[in-house]
Amino acid sequence: MIEARSLSKSFHDKKRGVIRAVDNVTFSAQPGKIYGLLGANGAGKTTTLRMLATILEPTDGTAIVCGHDVVEAPEKVRACVGFLSTATALYPRLTAQEMVEYFGRLNGLDEPTLKKRIDEIFTRLDMNGFRDRRCDKLSTGMKQKTSIARTLVHDPPVMIFDEPTLGLDIMTARTITAFIRECRDLGKTVIFSTHIMSEVEKLCDTIGIIQSGKLLTEGTLAELRAKHGEQDLEEIFVKVVAPHYVAQGEN
Amino acid sequence: MAANNIGIVYRKELREALRDRRTLISTIVMPLLLFPVMSVGFGYMAVILVGQAKKETPKVMIVGGADSPEVVAGLKKVENIEVVPTTENWKEQIVGKEIRAAVEIPVNFQGDVAAQKMDTVKIYIYENELKSSFAADKIQEYMTKYSDSVVKERLAAKNVSDKVLKPFEVKQENVAPAEKVSAAAFGGLIGYMVIFLCLSGGMYPAMDLTAGEKERGTMETILSSPISRMHLVLGKFLLVLTASLATAALSVLSMGISFSALHHFTTNSGSSRGEAAAFLLNLGPKVVFSVFIMVLPLAVLFSAALMTISLFAKSYKEAQSYITPLMFLVIIPAVAAMLPGVELTPKLALVPVLNMSLLCKELVASTYHWNYIAIIFASTCVYATAALFIAIKMFQRESVLFRS
Repeated sequence: MIEARSLSKSFHDKKRGVIRAVDNVTFSAQPGKIYGLLGANGAGKTTTLRMLATILEPTDGTAIVCGHDVVEAPEKVRACVGFLSTATALYPRLTAQEMVEYFGRLNGLDEPTLKKRIDEIFTRLDMNGFRDRRCDKLSTGMKQKTSIARTLVHDPPVMIFDEPTLGLDIMTARTITAFIRECRDLGKTVIFSTHIMSEVEKLCDTIGIIQSGKLLTEGTLAELRAKHGEQDLEEIFVKVVAPHYVAQGEN
Repeated sequence: MAANNIGIVYRKELREALRDRRTLISTIVMPLLLFPVMSVGFGYMAVILVGQAKKETPKVMIVGGADSPEVVAGLKKVENIEVVPTTENWKEQIVGKEIRAAVEIPVNFQGDVAAQKMDTVKIYIYENELKSSFAADKIQEYMTKYSDSVVKERLAAKNVSDKVLKPFEVKQENVAPAEKVSAAAFGGLIGYMVIFLCLSGGMYPAMDLTAGEKERGTMETILSSPISRMHLVLGKFLLVLTASLATAALSVLSMGISFSALHHFTTNSGSSRGEAAAFLLNLGPKVVFSVFIMVLPLAVLFSAALMTISLFAKSYKEAQSYITPLMFLVIIPAVAAMLPGVELTPKLALVPVLNMSLLCKELVASTYHWNYIAIIFASTCVYATAALFIAIKMFQRESVLFRS
């Protein structure tokens, strides 16, 4: 369960002054559902998700993740979150197994539990063939699987994916989307960000459209269609975002 | 729990460091090879140079002196110089290093001496040139002897004892033990080496664990794990400290072994290298141990400073350009301590790096000024704590971690 309450983040930029990267965003994501955050580049998706994963601290507002406040108990929040993005790389000089073990230990798993979890995950993701190979020697697909294993090792009830398929080829991207569905079927709360319409249409139970740090509209695909009078998600997106996009350009 | 988390980070960073060729080279291979290569190189050069110097007898010319045959004959008999026939361009030949010196005997020199008329004998040299001054010394020595004998003759003619000219004697005598004398010469060097290697040993891991982590994109991965940022930075810091101390320890070990080996080969040459080796052998574990204890807070200071600086950088390259000025900041005071006459004062005892370098000089000479040791240890601990505190604070700043 994720509950963002007036979540805001401003940065100070020398040239442009104060930038409100995320501006008063409120929404909630439920267990067993996928919440999709749809937005153009620089819309505030990554900043929002980083705040939910407590990698960044909100300047205003807060969020409750699995019953813990991201501002007050960030370490407890991180313990129940699995965070995956194309920016979360692997340690090149560790083997796939060592990489997953490291994160298991950081999550406080004891050695017998850790061993059991790793055997289970490596078998399920079909990773036993390369478990002792160094991460810098892995193919992109193997790296993705290792990253997935890394996020899953502590069996977190909440999964946060920040543009997880960015820059991946179609087969590797499918591994990720299949994994996202699996998380939902296991009853986890899933939130993910993307700018790819088809991914959102296929995966999401609830869609939020974000631009200039503001959550402009929210609902199921059916609700959005009814509300904005368009069938195609891309048309809906453009209709919602266009006025704000121009406004941003004029700034 | 805290120690446990720091330990997890430390063990993982250690495992990665041991698999990194660049870290291994800078922390282990470099210090182990540096001293043997340096000392063998110096030893080899010393043997060649000494051999050459021995082979070459400096050539000198005598200008004038046709009417003073005894003096000329005496000069020709002086050992270790070779009198060559005089040519017109003797000045150019000195400058061109073809001859090393020339002595000008005034006209009617012996006649003037006999008539008790004062003349000036001039020796022409190439100043600050070793072989030239060597030749000049020999000539001077002969002329002084000649002058003394003339004085003796004159006094004898007047029936006066030559003791009239020398009412008493002045003599210098060394009371410092041999180890302290050699420590004054080499002690500064040891402190400087240990301090410098503490810095250079921690440099590469510090960059790898901060800027390197940003460059490889693992920073966001590790920040998404539940470990607190303070435990993370402490685990990383301990690894940098380990590398820093390991480099310094390996260097001292390698320095000891290679100097003693060199000593073994050059015992008979009596060169200063041999003395250095003998001195290092005399160092003993107690001195080495106390130098290390004192350097410990300094290594903490360096490790924390290196991490703080390289954390700002987005890549290795950027980190390297930030760290270069720090190298100078450390080298300059460390070298200053090697200058003759620079000694510990209460004010200097508060200057980081310089104080430690000066103290190492004292420790190597087995001098223990407990007041200074306390001040220096305490002040370095304060600086180290401050640096570590800043490193921890920096690791909690988003603007530093996610600088773009």
